[in-house]
Amino acid sequence: MKIAVLSGKGGTGKTFLSVNLAAVAKKSIYLDCDVEEPNGYLFLKPVDEGKKDIKVLIPVVDEKLCNGCKKCVDFCAFNALAYTGRELMIFEKICHSCGGCKLVCPEKALSEKERAIGRVKKGRTGEILVYTGILNPGEASGTMIIDALLEEVKDEEGLVFIDAPPGSACVVMESIKDADYCILVAEPSIFGVHNLEMVHELVELFKKPFGVVLNKCTDGENPSEIYCLEKDIKVLGKIPFSYELGALTSAGEIVANKNKEYYKLFSALLKEVQDEAAAHS
Amino acid sequence: MKIAIPVNDNNLKSGVCASYGRAPYYYIYDQELNEGVFIENLAASDSGGVGIKAAQILIDYAVKVLLTPRLGDHAAAVLNKADIAIHKSSGEGIEENLEAFLQGKLQPLSEIHAGLHGN
Repeated sequence: MKIAVLSGKGGTGKTFLSVNLAAVAKKSIYLDCDVEEPNGYLFLKPVDEGKKDIKVLIPVVDEKLCNGCKKCVDFCAFNALAYTGRELMIFEKICHSCGGCKLVCPEKALSEKERAIGRVKKGRTGEILVYTGILNPGEASGTMIIDALLEEVKDEEGLVFIDAPPGSACVVMESIKDADYCILVAEPSIFGVHNLEMVHELVELFKKPFGVVLNKCTDGENPSEIYCLEKDIKVLGKIPFSYELGALTSAGEIVANKNKEYYKLFSALLKEVQDEAAAHS
Repeated sequence: MKIAIPVNDNNLKSGVCASYGRAPYYYIYDQELNEGVFIENLAASDSGGVGIKAAQILIDYAVKVLLTPRLGDHAAAVLNKADIAIHKSSGEGIEENLEAFLQGKLQPLSEIHAGLHGN
């Protein structure tokens, strides 16, 4: 069962929730798909079991064959190519590796070469297998890294926690594409509702079963909870706003491993998630 | 010689646009004919590579000089390879910039910013 954890913005508690659920699940796989700034490993502290480079294909021009027709330039939806009148310039980091330029070139002047854009690291902590996706700084898109992460667990039947990047862009869509269930993490503020709405719309669009975890709950009014009530969205659980949680997390600790109350809280949450996911499968 | 300026609107009263790649229009002035045209920048709202695309537009219009307040590194790389001179615009007006350039008062643009790629 693959469970994706997402939210409309960073700092809502995706990694916090994912690593704690993985910790109480014990035998599970944790995928860090927040490839621009993966940080799940800081909590899980996996023992390294190797890594592999993730490569994409980018075009290379044979200037002897290029006649300057600019068909490739006009085709490129990402403006990665320019023809100066004398030569074809290729901007590797703008290229999205669609291969279209090579297809449209009537002179067969374009071929492709590999370029590493990041890596996937594998590690283990207890019974938790940890895969961390890392996008090299300056790269435009991490979707290929996420694709490689998901490939690692393609045939996995056990519990997989997918820690998604923040927001609702392509990288998030890529992260949830194989998910059986989505957990949306929300903060108790108007801003939090706005972010929740973004990911809510996304999971509806992808027709994924989902529920919400209300994080950082205080005694006051919780606009995200009101939103869930109004939209008839399942609230899977509530996590309190607490100094202790903040302090332990800031120290790189998995709170479920440090405090029995939190262990119970996350165990109950995991059961709720599994029941919900099973009910929708 | 053709001179290009990124502008905010398609009339001569329009000001110079603060952005090169995302300018809605380019004013292209033909010195020999003493007339100019406004070209719509169809790539202005693309997600990326707009500087490269805008450079391609200028190349395709056989522009030789670009007057702009600022420029990113990708656009500069293409324009340099295409031998298009880049000068720093001064003030808002289209005509005052053309005049200033033709009088040799506009300096080559020395500062190329690192681009806003992905932002």
